[in-house]
Amino acid sequence: MKWCRGQSRRVTAFVGLVVGLVAAPGCSRQVGVEGHVEEPFPKKLSGWHLFTASSPVLAPNVGVVPYDLNTPLFSDYADKYRFVWMPAGTAAEYREDGPLEFPFGTVLAKTFAFPRDGGGPEKLIETRLLVHAKTGWVSLPYVWDENERDATLQLVPDPVAAKFTDTSGQAHDFTYVIPNANECHQCHENQKVLLPIGPKARNLNKDYAYADGIENQLAHWARVGYLRGLPEPGARPRAARWGDAGSPVADRARAYLDNNCAHCHQPGGQAGYTGVDFRWTQTDGAHMGLCKAPNSAGEVGGLRYDLVPGHPEKSILIYRLESTAPKVSMPALGRDVVHAEGVKLLRDWIAAMTGGC
Amino acid sequence: MKRGGLWCGVAGLVVVLEMAGCTRAPLDFQKTLQERLIAAKPGDVIDLPEGKFHLDRTMSLTVNGVTIRGRGMNKTVLSFAGQKTGAQGMLVKADDFLIEDVGIEDTAGDALTVQGGNNITIRRVRAEWTRGPNEANGPYGIYPVECKNLLLEDSVAKGAADAGIYVGQSENVVIRRNRAELNVDGYEIENSENVDAYDNVATHNTGGIGVFNLPNLPRQGGKHVRVFHNQMVDNNTPNFAPKSLGPIHYLPTGTGIYLMAIRDVEVFNNKTTGNNTVNVYIINYNTGVDETSLRDTASSPITQQVFAARDKRFYPFVQSVYLHDNDISGGGQSPDVRVDGVKMLAEALGGKLPDILYDGVVDKAWGKKGQNTGQVCLQRNGEAGFLNFDVAGEMKHPVKDVKVYDCALPALEVVSIPQIADSGPAGGR
Repeated sequence: MKWCRGQSRRVTAFVGLVVGLVAAPGCSRQVGVEGHVEEPFPKKLSGWHLFTASSPVLAPNVGVVPYDLNTPLFSDYADKYRFVWMPAGTAAEYREDGPLEFPFGTVLAKTFAFPRDGGGPEKLIETRLLVHAKTGWVSLPYVWDENERDATLQLVPDPVAAKFTDTSGQAHDFTYVIPNANECHQCHENQKVLLPIGPKARNLNKDYAYADGIENQLAHWARVGYLRGLPEPGARPRAARWGDAGSPVADRARAYLDNNCAHCHQPGGQAGYTGVDFRWTQTDGAHMGLCKAPNSAGEVGGLRYDLVPGHPEKSILIYRLESTAPKVSMPALGRDVVHAEGVKLLRDWIAAMTGGC
Repeated sequence: MKRGGLWCGVAGLVVVLEMAGCTRAPLDFQKTLQERLIAAKPGDVIDLPEGKFHLDRTMSLTVNGVTIRGRGMNKTVLSFAGQKTGAQGMLVKADDFLIEDVGIEDTAGDALTVQGGNNITIRRVRAEWTRGPNEANGPYGIYPVECKNLLLEDSVAKGAADAGIYVGQSENVVIRRNRAELNVDGYEIENSENVDAYDNVATHNTGGIGVFNLPNLPRQGGKHVRVFHNQMVDNNTPNFAPKSLGPIHYLPTGTGIYLMAIRDVEVFNNKTTGNNTVNVYIINYNTGVDETSLRDTASSPITQQVFAARDKRFYPFVQSVYLHDNDISGGGQSPDVRVDGVKMLAEALGGKLPDILYDGVVDKAWGKKGQNTGQVCLQRNGEAGFLNFDVAGEMKHPVKDVKVYDCALPALEVVSIPQIADSGPAGGR
């Protein structure tokens, strides 16, 4: 409240940091987003001014655009709220494959929240920022304070107890592990370069219900000046939505693998040495694990091949997705519970394959 | 220990050093250590206090120029028993890294991994699985890979389900005065170039020391390895590597030292005794990793297809090996007949095997330059028994007379790394 009266950016940033409030109810004057491209980064999420309120939902500041993905990474049933902000006058360059080419200063903010038993607003857990800084992309994990009014930069966050019932009525009770600043690299790094994973053209190519109406996300980004070089609608790739019963199972399974596995399982990725490449552009069955024995250490439950046509129960892929044990489970990071629905999709996909090994 | 409770009350607020003797609030130690590793600046020394600390998550470091220093490999103990997140105990991707006087126990996967670093020193580190040999142990104890200028000394590895001390895809390496016991392989020197391994002990492993090249790895063409003044004694612990770890599952129990698909190797002044299958095993890749082990473990026709492009870089032959002045005796008394090739050989030879086995496989491209085109030279190895078991000729023309291989090769050069001026005596003659 007090900081609303601040006149200069510097003063407002300082007061915001000390008071540590995100919400500014009743404010008539708004403070713009504060970009940072080098250390020191704000210790509090509020220091960025990305949001004007954290409850009942995250309210984005001017210029902060919400987005979601056709097929996201599964993260322990957490709901995720994604926002992008770019400095005034800058825009991302369109890329057909891989993440869009974001300008310096870009902030990608992904907030993780769990449903609260008994209803009410979701419980905010963490907000991960990927910032395109002078030295390249930087990962900054902010953990929401107990009162959920602001979040604090923590290089090594503590695990969080998660207990909730999801929309299908399934009860969950587990320890949610927030990756530390180093662990961010495990997924986001390719050939020692940190990169965003989600915001690829094919994954962004969907409608979004903006405050002022429904619009295709790529078209919206282009319209508000956040995207350059967007081709005609017919030339834009589109990933299947993994839960869309109207799309072919194979398309959905490939989209799922592309967004849950391929950040490591591709040439140059952390698991590039395995020879398994789960990018949706891969067309060679052997590189997708079809009848391929693993060439590296890891528990495989006595199974022989990554993927056996017609036999999900004989496929190492399924075995490892159905496990939560440290040496077995995949993805190796950020999954503490089994994604039953995702596994079912991949089981259906493998079961429908013909042929043998 | 009794004072632990007092210290623990403020553990979250104090630095690592002040947590000495603290056994409660164990994860505060973990959090503080990881924070310091992330916030470290080049030149920082992170002192670890005496005590046994429980961790359940991989500790990672990506900052160059950091030293981690404990109070002794049995005094500062990082125990990862029941590890929940990550496979490694410690994962380092940084240059100019030094770690010393730390024990790392019971990790889910490898105890200490150092990946892609230049100027790495690992000194007086103990990597151990405290329950002893078990197929569920992590594969590697100390695991530097893709490193340059590496010193690995005075360390101990026990219980690894693959190799206790491993050096892979690295160059300019000195491995000295270490001890490996109760692992499947004591030491593995894999796809590496310019390596000196001396004054090491390997005992009660499945195999003592392996020096070899494997296909399907980014770095190929390992060579120039000197193995001297080591003891490879009584490595007869039954192989406990699970199939999922690959062909290591078929390493014969009772192997002293094996040289596979490697060139320019000098092995001298070692004591290699009492290894029940064979004291010295000199082989082509296809002899060591045969059809069964390929089919059964880490490979398949499809896997080879995936890596076909890389496989072309792989050279499976062993050549230019100079084995001299070693104390080799008492090997092959109880060969591991679990392995088909060993069983066949043992049956043909009446149940026991000679000290030195060479498969005699040569590259036809070398032409016919007499009987020893592979330049395998054996001199002054005591009364060690010998057999070239002629794998290529289906064992029809075995050679028992070691004098056929009585030749010398020029001594390989001493490996020098910035950490030490030179690496001991030159071999050869």
